[in-house]
Amino acid sequence: MARPQTRASLLRASMRTAEIVAPFLLLALLWQIASLYFPRYLFPSLADVFTHTIAIFANWSQFAEVLATVGRILAGLVGAFLIGAMIATAMMRFRAVDRFLAPILNFFQGIPALSWVVFAIIWFHGTEPRIFFIMTLTSLPAFTFQVLDALRGMSNELVEMVMSLRPTRAKMLRAMILPAILPDILTAWKVNLGNASRVVVVAELVGATGGVGYELLQQQQIFDMAGALAWTLQLVFFVLITQRIIAFIEARAFRYRAVSERSL
Amino acid sequence: MTPIAPSSDVEIRFEGVSKWFGGKVGGAGAFRAVDGLSLDIVQGEMVALLGKTGCGKSTTFNLIAGLLEPSAGTVRVQGLDPFRNFNDLRGKIAVVFQNDRLLPWRTAIGNVELGLEMLDRPAAERRDVAQSWLSRLGLAGHEHDYPHALSGGMRQRVSIARAFATDASILLCDEPFSSLDEITGQRLREEFASLVRENRKTAVFITHSINEALQIGHRVIVMTRPARVAYDVRLGADGKAGDGIAIRARIQEVLAA
Repeated sequence: MARPQTRASLLRASMRTAEIVAPFLLLALLWQIASLYFPRYLFPSLADVFTHTIAIFANWSQFAEVLATVGRILAGLVGAFLIGAMIATAMMRFRAVDRFLAPILNFFQGIPALSWVVFAIIWFHGTEPRIFFIMTLTSLPAFTFQVLDALRGMSNELVEMVMSLRPTRAKMLRAMILPAILPDILTAWKVNLGNASRVVVVAELVGATGGVGYELLQQQQIFDMAGALAWTLQLVFFVLITQRIIAFIEARAFRYRAVSERSL
Repeated sequence: MTPIAPSSDVEIRFEGVSKWFGGKVGGAGAFRAVDGLSLDIVQGEMVALLGKTGCGKSTTFNLIAGLLEPSAGTVRVQGLDPFRNFNDLRGKIAVVFQNDRLLPWRTAIGNVELGLEMLDRPAAERRDVAQSWLSRLGLAGHEHDYPHALSGGMRQRVSIARAFATDASILLCDEPFSSLDEITGQRLREEFASLVRENRKTAVFITHSINEALQIGHRVIVMTRPARVAYDVRLGADGKAGDGIAIRARIQEVLAA
């Protein structure tokens, strides 16, 4: 027989799960009801959407399109993060670089993703360079400012303490800078991942001959709402899985944080 | 007052050192924190730098640590410029700050190991040394606690262990017990003084408390604002001044001036 403490924690876990699942169940129920009253091309049944979703998983050539999109998102984000981190480091170290680049990055932030798509189509040949360019340029300003803020937000007292031990640059990076900015970097990844999954669809819709965006365009042309939803769900699954991975890393990496029993 | 010891034993030397902040030296809006400071500190001395808040004690401290460059004059630590020869003094100067400054993402033992990591000591040696210092400072059993789980006194003990673990010959302490309650501060002060004596360190101890300066220092240097030596007195080897009352009265007089 389970002990009272175990029972209570099981009950709490069940409640938390119910809280997460309940809104989706309600949404699904409303959709299913709508499917009974509207034509299939507007509101297909949940079973129809489910069948399409499983078909994408089961068919390698279709699932490869999902993987291609995921690869494009990750390549663009990694590219934007690495370039952004380098630019942020230079802006942090040299005031002149900061004064020169900050207005340019602010200007870039104002350019809509769709404009980058058009520029990429004009400037580049081939799908992959175009999409990499779009993904990188749309995420670059955000990553740069987020890394810069993280660097500026480091505790001066802790930096001074580590400096008093006279570290090499590599040791300063490993012992102080990376652990200090990691929380902000993971947050930046979470935010940019969601943005990138939206931008990649636009980029593929217009500038690609494969991937989830391209497949969505095909579904639109044949008015297949179930197919459109099934392809959309692939990206949603990817974002959710990646967010869980980041949450897992956070839980492991930030064990040192004090937990208050009273929340905000 | 005893004369300053011969220069061959000198560990720390200030010669006409000035430090300005906030603009060109002597310029409008510039602020002078240290003004032509000259002093010698010899090997094995425990020197208390005493002065009122804002008199440039911490600037003097940062000049010795090599975290600041003098605007004029020269600072030498073991014959080297601590700012320009920054890396050459690695492992030779250890610092205990006003607050513990523990890295929150490291456990107590991880924080103590930090200085040893900078010296490229093997992992097993780091662990043994850190463990031994934590035990000496009464923190056995707390090695794997994160700073947030330790009390203020325990955290400051970890930071003292971090300073001693590198076996640096010079210890710089910037009012390390001022944020602790009186009883904890007093106990840690006594432990700290005995560790410094036992390990034959040269210690520079910054404080604004006359009691603390007289209790911990072999020598008390009183500084005026901007930092320059106003009174320099050696106490007995046991830390008790020959004429404690007269010295205390003189210090109070200098500080009040």
